[in-house]
Amino acid sequence: MTSELDIFVGNTTLIDEDVYRLWLDGYSVSDAVALRVRSGILEQTGATAAVLQSDTMDHYRTFHMLERLLHAPPKLLHQLIFQIPPSRQALLIERYYAFDEAFVREVLGKKLSKGTKKDLDDISTKTGITLKSCRRQFDNFKRVFKVVEEMRGSLVDNIQQHFLLSDRLARDYAAIVFFANNRFETGKKKLQYLSFGDFAFCAELMIQNWTLGAVDSQVDDMDVDLDKEFLQDLKELKMLVADKDLLDLHKSLVCTALRGKLGVFSEMEANFKNLSRGLVNVAAKLTHNKDVRDLFVDLVEKFVEPCRSDHWPLNDVRLFLNQYSASVHSLDGFRHQALWDRYMGTLRGCLLRLYHD
Amino acid sequence: MPGKLKVKIVAGRHLPVMDRASDLTDAFVEVKFGNTTFKTDVYLKSLNPQWNSEWFKFEVDDEDLQDEPLQITVLDHDTYSANDAIGKVYIDIDPLLYSEAATVISGWFPIYDTIHGIRGEINVVVKVDLFNDLNRFRQSSCGVKFFCTTSIPKCYRAVIIHGFVEELVVNEDPEYQWIDRIRTPRASNEARQRLISLMSGELQRKIGLKVLEMRGNAVVGYLQCFDLEGESGLVVRAIGTACTLDKLSSPAAFLPACNSPSKEMKEIPFNEDPNPNTHSSGPSTPLKNQTYSFSPSKSYSRQSSSSDTDLSLTPKTGMGSGSAGKEGGPFKALLRQQTQSALEQRGGSPHRFCRRREFPFFTLTAFPPGFLVHVGGVVSARSVKLLDRIHNPDEPETRDAWWAEIRQEIKSHAKALGCHAVVGYSESTSICEEVCILSASGTAAVLNPRFLQDGTVEGCLEQRLEENLPAGCGFCHIPYDELNMPFPAHLTYCYNCRKQKVPDVLFTTIDLPIDATVIGKGCLIQARLCRLKKKAQAEANATAISNLLPFMEYEVHTQLMNKLKLKGMNALFGLRIQITVGENMLMGLASATGVYLAALPTPGGIQIAGKTPNDGSYEQHISHMQKKINDTIAKNKELYEINPPEVSEEIIGSPIPEPRQRSRLLRSQSESSDEVTELDLSHGKKDAFVLEIDDTDAMEDVHSLLTDVPPPSGFYSCNTEIMPGINNWTSEIQMFTSVRVIRLSSLNLTNQALNKNFNDLCENLLKSLYFKLRSMIPCCLCHVNFTVSLPEDELIQVTVTAVAITFDKNQALQTTKTHVEKSLQRASTDNEELLQFPLELCSDSLPSHPFPPAKEHLESASSNSGIPAAQRAVTVEKASPMGEGNFRNRSAPPCANSTVGVVKMTPLSFIPGAKITKYLGIINMFFIRETTSLREEGGVSGFLHAFIAEVFAMVRAHVAALGGNAVVSYIMKQCVFMENPNKNQAQCLINVSGDAVVFVRESELEVVSTQQPTANCQPSCTGGEVTT
Repeated sequence: MTSELDIFVGNTTLIDEDVYRLWLDGYSVSDAVALRVRSGILEQTGATAAVLQSDTMDHYRTFHMLERLLHAPPKLLHQLIFQIPPSRQALLIERYYAFDEAFVREVLGKKLSKGTKKDLDDISTKTGITLKSCRRQFDNFKRVFKVVEEMRGSLVDNIQQHFLLSDRLARDYAAIVFFANNRFETGKKKLQYLSFGDFAFCAELMIQNWTLGAVDSQVDDMDVDLDKEFLQDLKELKMLVADKDLLDLHKSLVCTALRGKLGVFSEMEANFKNLSRGLVNVAAKLTHNKDVRDLFVDLVEKFVEPCRSDHWPLNDVRLFLNQYSASVHSLDGFRHQALWDRYMGTLRGCLLRLYHD
Repeated sequence: MPGKLKVKIVAGRHLPVMDRASDLTDAFVEVKFGNTTFKTDVYLKSLNPQWNSEWFKFEVDDEDLQDEPLQITVLDHDTYSANDAIGKVYIDIDPLLYSEAATVISGWFPIYDTIHGIRGEINVVVKVDLFNDLNRFRQSSCGVKFFCTTSIPKCYRAVIIHGFVEELVVNEDPEYQWIDRIRTPRASNEARQRLISLMSGELQRKIGLKVLEMRGNAVVGYLQCFDLEGESGLVVRAIGTACTLDKLSSPAAFLPACNSPSKEMKEIPFNEDPNPNTHSSGPSTPLKNQTYSFSPSKSYSRQSSSSDTDLSLTPKTGMGSGSAGKEGGPFKALLRQQTQSALEQRGGSPHRFCRRREFPFFTLTAFPPGFLVHVGGVVSARSVKLLDRIHNPDEPETRDAWWAEIRQEIKSHAKALGCHAVVGYSESTSICEEVCILSASGTAAVLNPRFLQDGTVEGCLEQRLEENLPAGCGFCHIPYDELNMPFPAHLTYCYNCRKQKVPDVLFTTIDLPIDATVIGKGCLIQARLCRLKKKAQAEANATAISNLLPFMEYEVHTQLMNKLKLKGMNALFGLRIQITVGENMLMGLASATGVYLAALPTPGGIQIAGKTPNDGSYEQHISHMQKKINDTIAKNKELYEINPPEVSEEIIGSPIPEPRQRSRLLRSQSESSDEVTELDLSHGKKDAFVLEIDDTDAMEDVHSLLTDVPPPSGFYSCNTEIMPGINNWTSEIQMFTSVRVIRLSSLNLTNQALNKNFNDLCENLLKSLYFKLRSMIPCCLCHVNFTVSLPEDELIQVTVTAVAITFDKNQALQTTKTHVEKSLQRASTDNEELLQFPLELCSDSLPSHPFPPAKEHLESASSNSGIPAAQRAVTVEKASPMGEGNFRNRSAPPCANSTVGVVKMTPLSFIPGAKITKYLGIINMFFIRETTSLREEGGVSGFLHAFIAEVFAMVRAHVAALGGNAVVSYIMKQCVFMENPNKNQAQCLINVSGDAVVFVRESELEVVSTQQPTANCQPSCTGGEVTT
């Protein structure tokens, strides 16, 4: 006696969250059944393995049919074939577009191309995430990227509108799209200590302040591309370190203000010029695409690592950066206050986020 | 009255890409009705075209309006080659033809293609303008309402229940026409879909005509089926119960027909045989009131059925109640000429209605309170026929004659049980190659003719008899004469009223009457059976099948009886026995809901006995088995909370010394009509509960008895509308269809192995359902409907449709005693609502206020708000349409839109926690789906899963377009699946039906009701408050 056909169709489509997770995680039906057995579900419900097998198959079939719709979530809302309560629809979409930290760290900032897709095998081996799941996550990144890449308006809003994601997840996707578009390097060994959250935080600040959209909300690609003009202008900041008087003045202003307030004052005083040079040079280099990609590497090398080696506490870093940014306003010879604020405001936020072990 | 059909094509969305080059589609739409076709403009390069067409107007006869579906085809325009069809939408415009239903059909319909499935959606608006012209000789029956629901629909009351209507139409199946061998599968499928749609329309119109002739205005319990007879053709047949319904929103006084001799009813001149459409030729029916004459010696035998001498006998009006001599009073009330003459002629038989109806059958399974007087038991008949080509589609006489024969048999069985009517009646077929088994079954019953056409006056006579019966057990009392029983039976005095005789076991095909007193909960009971059969051709095959049938029936019955005993219960409701014929086997599947009726005696246990008592180890084995059985019974009693009050034997009185017999089941098989085999199901002289395990077969039986596992805790299941003992439903429902096909290993199949396979299949299927629905616990699977088919040699297909309903566990606790008491009280209240007869007719046992006193209101109010669920036990589902009285003047609030577009589907006639405010019309849809890329679509499971989901979607879309938010009494009547994996092909045909309705959540209703003056609170309203 073999089962030729075995289906269950509810008027309201049954969604089992646990099975959905297993499916999203890319397990085959038999693996999923084995995992479910291990979860003790048979004991809880008194079901048999055959029942579990049939149930899992059913859910997998349903998910497979739903997948086509999940690629364009608004379709899931308007389609008539599956009657799913709104809360469940939201859950299906949210989970489908959710991604693994380990995976996203591997692809963040990489070009979402076929070439990268070929590397998914290695990523799967490295992260222990099934290839199937890697593919889904990669395809999700790519799909979202393609749709919003050249769209007007806020990146987060666009993503939310076209993929019906939660605010949180939409922001994450905005970061992924932003990183993919600007190809920021995130894979270097030095950067391994940084989480996706760190990068997403920086991305959000950069989108808010450094993109075209920050100055004009009516242009295409406004949130995706950095403001080229702004990057050109950043060269002007160079005088802060090139002009020795200005540099000395800046240093004395900062040291005066921070004396007695900083635990690592002497280290700061000794390193001020190096640090300042590092931060300003990063700004000045941003005209080249190559250097834009290395932004995070540079920040870590030029600022985070020196401070860390001197054991600056986070609070001292904050005090220093605040003072360092603010003191520029008192430099009479320096005319690019607005530019400096646009640059340093964002950078300060990023550096504070990046400064941890 | 001809009419104008207006159609507007608004827009499309999610269309498939038809032009690979541009990834877009140039879509346009053809709108076809009858022979007229209109086209929209081509909307270039879009997957979401906005046609916004003009109104296409069709001027048509109403006959066509009823028969023809509106056909909408979406095509992709192609300048150079033929236009490609994207898909079609068929819209049945029948719901627009009667005033109370929908006024407009408007919404998004899935565009369906028989090869690709659903391909996008189209927004359509349809309206009909009917011109009133009262042509007496019309062929149409616009205005007759159809309901699939097998009880009086919720927002109506039955003025008169006229009785049985049936019709069938035949045609050649396009699939089997030579042209189909050369045309594409798509064309062939579409031809079939269209033909069946046409035939359904025609059938419905013809039935409607019959109803109009009976002066009815509605068909309730409408059941339409297709017989795919293959090369011999296609039969579409339907049965139903003609009624005159009154919408409860009309302010008409709520009165039973007998008390309201309203003019329109009386002025209908009734000839003796006003129904020329019935296929009987003789002068009306031979059955007549003979079915009712219980005079012991003469009228009983079947041969006397048309003898008129019998008819003149004064029937023993006692009906076993011993209250003879009360007749006479109401005769003065005679108002109608022919009523009088009839009475003169027939000595006052209250059941003259049978005279008019050839078959006193009712497809209803639930009735207005007081309608059902006594229940005799299940009657069934089967007949094996050889199919031959239907030569003249216009005269489907052969098929008609076949069914007439079967119905005649059913009628005589009912008569043998002392019953004049059959309720819960249904018909079915099973076809394999050229052999066809026709089956009919129902429950023999004695009805209260108040609701029946001619019974307006005599109803009072009948009523008086009924009043002697305590409510809640009356229907259990035997309708036949105990001294002259149709079969040997074991009778006792009713455990409820102690006055009348009851059988020890009762089998019925109907739902549990709402006033029945039940102890504990019910459960689904199934008997499953397979029998191998040699492959044979034609006559030989038919003979082989006919020979097997009696044995199958016998075994199915034995199994049911044993399982019922094992559950510690004494009655079966909703019994449905399906016999399916295949190439090399016969399958029998019986499903029913077992309950413990308080009126019936406690069932005895099951004794097993061996034939070789000398062997010691064997003895031990037997005693071991016996213990297991006893344990199971005890466990079941606990599980289902069956703890009847102790009754000492003296009160009951000694049982009537009769040969013991447990069966109310009468049936017969016949290959040709004359040869009727009667089965004696009394198991000879033996006690039916003794199982002899003298061979392996019997051993098998005992084992199989014990292998049925009860549902996991928190789950209950039944195949009736509601579960006895559960009444605090919450509003979460989940309707589902599950299909399984297993392939039998063909080697050395024995009956035992087959039985085991089949049993496992069903049990595993149930287990899967329990597992899948575990998140709904505590819940009950209601209306569990199993269908078995044998698509191929070694394949068994089981299809299950049911609904899972959650209930509130905290309120489910009940104390049996208050339950029983309350139920009595309750039932009497219910009766009061109806008993608006002259007071002198009411017996003392019943306080007879035509208007119930205030305390009833209080009581119902308390049971509404309060926790004493037990008190509500009996009024559970106020199936009583009268109960809805107090909603009459309320304007239905716009349907709940909190969750946009949600359409509930349920096989039940109600929606828990909600009130049905409007019936929008019948949904009857037929789809074919075919694929030539089976593997690519996920194999057979993927294919069928998608198809069933699509069918649900199309049903929901049609309901939503009618303005509804639910389908009740939903049924999947057919699911024919064929596959050819070698060719990577599969095909499936599905037929579904149901009633589209608008419902309003009760919580929302309350808001409305507080705003309403209570002025219109009629006595009949009391029931309305009691909802769960």
